[in-house]
Amino acid sequence: MLTSHHDAGSNYLNAKKGFMSWLFTVDHKRIGIMYFVSIGVFFLVAGLFALLLRAELMQVRIPDATATSYMISADHYNEAFTFHGAIMVFLVIIPSIPATLGNFLLPLMIGAKDVAFPKLNLISYHLYIVGALFLVYTVAFGGLDTGWTFYTPYSTQTSTSVIAAVFGAFILGFASILTGVNFIVTVHKMRAPGMTWVRMPLFVWAIYATSVIQVLATPVVGVTLILVAIERLLGIGIFDSTLGGDPILFQNFFWFYSHPAVYIMILPAFGLVSEMITAHSRKSIFGYKAVAISSIGIAVIGFFVWGHHMFTSGQSALASVFFSLLTYGVAVPTAIKVFSWVATLYKGSISFTTPMCYTFVFLFLFLIGGLTGIFLGALSTDVHLHNTYFVVAHFHYVMMGGTIIAWIGAVFHWWPKMTGKKYSETWGIISSVVVFIGFNLTFFPQFVMGTRGMPRRYYDYLPEYYNFHLLSSIGSFVLAIGLFIVLFTWLHSIFYGEKETRSNPWRAKSIDWTDTAVVPIEHNFEKQPISSHGPYEFDELVKPAKAGEH
Amino acid sequence: MSATAMPESTSWQGSFWLPQNASPLTGGQDALFYFIYYLSVFFFIVVVGFMVYFAWKYRKKKEGEKTPDIHGNTKLEIIWSVIPGILFIVIFIWGFRDWVSLNQPPQDAMEVRVTGRKWDWSFLDVKTGAETSDLFVPVNKAVLLTMSSADVIHGFYVPDFRINRDVLPTMYTKLWFKAEKEGNYPILCTQYCGTKHSQMVRYVRVVSEEEYQKQMIAAQGAGLTPAQLGKKIFEGKGACASCHSVTKERTRLVGPPLYGAYGTDHKILIPPSNKEETIKFDDNYIRKSILEPNYRGVPGYALIMPSYQGQLNDKELSALAEYIKSLKE
Ligand code: HEM
Ligand SMILES: [Cu+2]
Repeated sequence: MLTSHHDAGSNYLNAKKGFMSWLFTVDHKRIGIMYFVSIGVFFLVAGLFALLLRAELMQVRIPDATATSYMISADHYNEAFTFHGAIMVFLVIIPSIPATLGNFLLPLMIGAKDVAFPKLNLISYHLYIVGALFLVYTVAFGGLDTGWTFYTPYSTQTSTSVIAAVFGAFILGFASILTGVNFIVTVHKMRAPGMTWVRMPLFVWAIYATSVIQVLATPVVGVTLILVAIERLLGIGIFDSTLGGDPILFQNFFWFYSHPAVYIMILPAFGLVSEMITAHSRKSIFGYKAVAISSIGIAVIGFFVWGHHMFTSGQSALASVFFSLLTYGVAVPTAIKVFSWVATLYKGSISFTTPMCYTFVFLFLFLIGGLTGIFLGALSTDVHLHNTYFVVAHFHYVMMGGTIIAWIGAVFHWWPKMTGKKYSETWGIISSVVVFIGFNLTFFPQFVMGTRGMPRRYYDYLPEYYNFHLLSSIGSFVLAIGLFIVLFTWLHSIFYGEKETRSNPWRAKSIDWTDTAVVPIEHNFEKQPISSHGPYEFDELVKPAKAGEH
Repeated sequence: MSATAMPESTSWQGSFWLPQNASPLTGGQDALFYFIYYLSVFFFIVVVGFMVYFAWKYRKKKEGEKTPDIHGNTKLEIIWSVIPGILFIVIFIWGFRDWVSLNQPPQDAMEVRVTGRKWDWSFLDVKTGAETSDLFVPVNKAVLLTMSSADVIHGFYVPDFRINRDVLPTMYTKLWFKAEKEGNYPILCTQYCGTKHSQMVRYVRVVSEEEYQKQMIAAQGAGLTPAQLGKKIFEGKGACASCHSVTKERTRLVGPPLYGAYGTDHKILIPPSNKEETIKFDDNYIRKSILEPNYRGVPGYALIMPSYQGQLNDKELSALAEYIKSLKE
């Protein structure tokens, strides 16, 4: 509350003016906002591609389908799902939370006036944009039809523009690595006096664990993609077995990155959920240490489970056994987190705000996503489910139902801090309900068609799957309406919203709320904040008789 | 082999979650599937149940409500780490056991070579050498597939058998199954392979032993004129060529030469008295000689030709006749 009387006239949003003052800013908050806008645009584009896919799949599939029974051609369908997947993964989910809220909040939460290397931070953003443009270029010219996984030898043989896409993904990898390095150093070196490791908000822990994975895993995918390009350009056999390469080698390289990458996608969401669930139920987190350490545990074990994407690939049957066992090693800490969040609600004082509603949606959807992972981690059941819609549903439940939902909820949560405006709680809650219904209608039927044997990446299918596709497509339109309500709620708040006057409307306890102005000033804090308590010690807490645990 | 695969309209045979399991021994996955399923439903209800109950019971009733400062509960945390841990180990071991049987084809399995290519499958029955575009197998017979791809990676998936494995270029992968029910089971490609990935639909056609034989024979003859087919059987499956010459020289081998024999008047000896008779060398004589070779003798040759009764069907017999007929100037 130190700065709540600060002159509301000057904050990070209006301290400098003009487009260039944004494009070349080194302020972590502005960079976070720019990421948010850019990623939001890509999310919209990739989302429209998804609707196109769903519309295609809504047509009656019959044995006597003719060329005109299809809305778009097979090749266009293949390009569409590739763009959808590649843009969602590389341009949206991987950077989503770390680049937007991570950038915005990390220094605020640990009481620093910026990240450790502000200029590097700006370079990361510019690299992100350059890499993104390369990917988008492939949309406009030549297309890309390999799926976001770029499996060889298909990707070294197809005539579509793999090189441009690969180069784009490579540059994006650099953006990701540099952000990771920046955050790691920031957490180690820039914490406010008194901010011990166990006083850090759980979101900081999560971002820290994520950054470590980004730095360690991303170079591998970078090298792999370059090898694909070399093979295509020079005809040197690396992965293509007709040239003397090994076709499964690519998959090992790819998943060595891309499995840890799924934790890059989900760990930050775990952090956000811990923040939201405590603030809106006014309780300290149940099992702080277990939640914090399980993030690190997941990050470490997550490096040794990549082979669970390859049980049916022809990799050694024995290797598969180890990968399956280790996969369950990651599942335990994940289960611990879910139980801890629910236990946090116990004896709380729960407000049904928009962020809290999204948190409930997250718990519901992520639980389904996690439980269905158990089917995939078991060696024998995975055989029947691998590369079917069951997998598609599973990863949408975790990535969209988990990451994107937590992200949206958290943007509502920090909305007053980011914009200085109030949003409509009514429309916020309505959006969460519509998104919840639409999401389940879209993806639940995909579990059923998956277990019934509907493979993924099909633009045409046997008639017995029609009803499930129809439900799924209808759901996708409901989901889209829900997401547009979110967008309109935000836009409405920006243009017509009431001004926020309280610097800490949720009465949260972390430094990002307690020591900043309504909207933070350019250098975050008027004077160096000092951390004297943990992030979840709410005023109304009834202290236990024998205190002194922390 | 037709150029495009034609999906068939089938009525759903299976439970809500799983298709019928026509090869239950292969991996035996269904029991584990349902074990995980019921566990998941249970944990889902417990977790969501507590969530909803807490959310309602502890909803904010007034501003500034007091809440207790609970930081955790070691006992509870140990319980909810250990219980999932144990369950996961059970699931892992169970999955592992099924995995072993999935990877261990029985010794007596009949072998089929599978080739995946953009965008069709082809099957080579190892014993008969017949090549088909749907996979014909006899019911209740273990089948071992040795698979490879002519181009990119494909995935060989039969939902009704719970088998699925990638098909790689320049490397072999294996799968096995034992279908216990006759019927047609779709084969789907599960590894994205380009334009017609979704249309690589072929069928495993599980049929009776006789039907299987018939199909193999039909397949052996596919695309050949009867005379060409006859030649193929004569030299291949029938192994007739090891005893009969077919050249103009009318070389003497174990059995009489056949060149130029068709249509001639032919001398034979009828056992047991070995009375000589003259007979027309025609289709009927050829047929009878293949099926009951020892009803007569040919002067100068021993009665040692084996009977082909039950090994050759009508079509093949006619083909052989056509071939022998063609052996002339
Ligand atoms: C208890 C937790 C989880 C378990 C046991 C689990 C297990 C698995 C397994 C075994 C697969 C491979 C399935 C196959 O391809 O046949 C898979 C796929 C996938 N999982 Fe998970 N998973 C879990 C949580 C997550 C989380 C948290 C995320 C991301 C936020 C995630 C994202 C994905 C993605 C993207 C794929 C599909 C990749 C692809 O094939 O394109 N999973 N999961
Ligand atoms: Cu294929």
